Amino acid sequence: MEHLTLLIGVVIITALVFDFTNGFHDTANAMATTISTGALAPKAAVAMAAVLNLVGAFLSVQVAKTISGGIIDEKAGVKPEVIFAALIGAIVWNLVTWLAGLPSSSSHALFGGLIGATLVAVGSHGIHGNAIVMKILIPAVVSPLVAGVAAMLATRVTYRIGRDADPEATSKGYRAGQIASAALVSLAHGTSDAQKTMGVITLALVTGGMIAPHSDPPLWVILAAATAMGLGTYLGGWRIIRTMGKKLTDIRPPQGFAAQTAAATTILASSHLGFALSTTHVVSGAVTGTGFGRKGAVVRWGVVQRMALSWLITLPAAGLVAGGATLVALQGSWGVVLIGLLGLAVCAGAWLLSMRKPVDHTNVNDVEDIAGAAPEARPADAESFDAFTPDPAFTATIPAPQPQAPRKEAAL
Amino acid sequence: MNIDWGAFASVVGVSLVATVGLVGLFTFGIVGLSKQQESARAGAYTAFAACAAAVAYGIYLIAG
Repeated sequence: MEHLTLLIGVVIITALVFDFTNGFHDTANAMATTISTGALAPKAAVAMAAVLNLVGAFLSVQVAKTISGGIIDEKAGVKPEVIFAALIGAIVWNLVTWLAGLPSSSSHALFGGLIGATLVAVGSHGIHGNAIVMKILIPAVVSPLVAGVAAMLATRVTYRIGRDADPEATSKGYRAGQIASAALVSLAHGTSDAQKTMGVITLALVTGGMIAPHSDPPLWVILAAATAMGLGTYLGGWRIIRTMGKKLTDIRPPQGFAAQTAAATTILASSHLGFALSTTHVVSGAVTGTGFGRKGAVVRWGVVQRMALSWLITLPAAGLVAGGATLVALQGSWGVVLIGLLGLAVCAGAWLLSMRKPVDHTNVNDVEDIAGAAPEARPADAESFDAFTPDPAFTATIPAPQPQAPRKEAAL
Repeated sequence: MNIDWGAFASVVGVSLVATVGLVGLFTFGIVGLSKQQESARAGAYTAFAACAAAVAYGIYLIAG
């Protein structure tokens, strides 16, 4: 029993680490456009997102009760080791994509991790294929398109209605609109994503026999998950904020407002109707869509394509890492310890690599003009290390700490 | 495999209509405020009130 308790303690801590990475990975969803248009100062924006994520986490425990939305069969013999390996897979993929500045879905990373670990541990009968298609695959394709079209139309409408107005006079209003719509996205994000971690921790407690099946998450679980996500959000995933706010397209305040409103309504409409969709996909789709809505705006297709590719491989990649980690973790205590150490090594490695070309609140908006008017205007040190400026050291350094997942790097 | 296309269709419809409606309404409010006439400003405040109601409904949906 003592061993079990220790293992569950490790699972809980790992779940909170995932929650933290989820927080900084997704700060961009709510705040990238707000930051890039200057509606809020970078630090103020992440602080607001952090508080709203924290508040959002307390609003509902509806999703947490059905962890992973019925995608894995929780009664098929999912052990704490398996949950642990799933979380390691999700964390590793979140860190790799963050380092590359790719707005990939944290939810897909978690689902991929759970699916990969369950497949290895109990086989295909532990997975509900129908739920994967309905709850992951179709929404992943539909939601960015819907949000994109909505944002494009809304951008056209707002430019049309406001075409005779004095930009000076309307700028304050657009700023308020941007802040309000971003706040709504933050709140919805806190509610949906923090609950996933609560669900994982609750599942671990149930598998350890510490609480009864189908319990609500205990209060301390809600508090811990909300705090971890809030802290992660406040840290700010500046690399991803830069990609979303500056690199996809050049966003003006009316576009930021239209894109965030499209994202908020799509997220709320779908979650109200029972689809858990990825906030990241929706916001990225909306930002791209708004680029098509304004005359003269340029959408960078190369960036869109790389982003879409990262969406495609997020689930299998996280699943592959989690599957490999499950194989090792199921060997016994030494396996869990080894996977834990490797996970820590990846975290440390990602952090060290990020320090070589840091992106933070001071330089997040420093990217070259998208129209190419001033190609040399960017200071040399502001060029971030990301997927759009290939760095050979990246592929050379990451493989070392993760020997059990060789294909992950190949996919990159 | 049973795919509920009706539910997807309603998500698409609601998202498009609500986004365009809200953004239009809010822009109408912003433009109204930038004018000097009394009637334009009154219309603007009505538009903002409708947007605020929509946001309140959104928060209600999040909490529900």
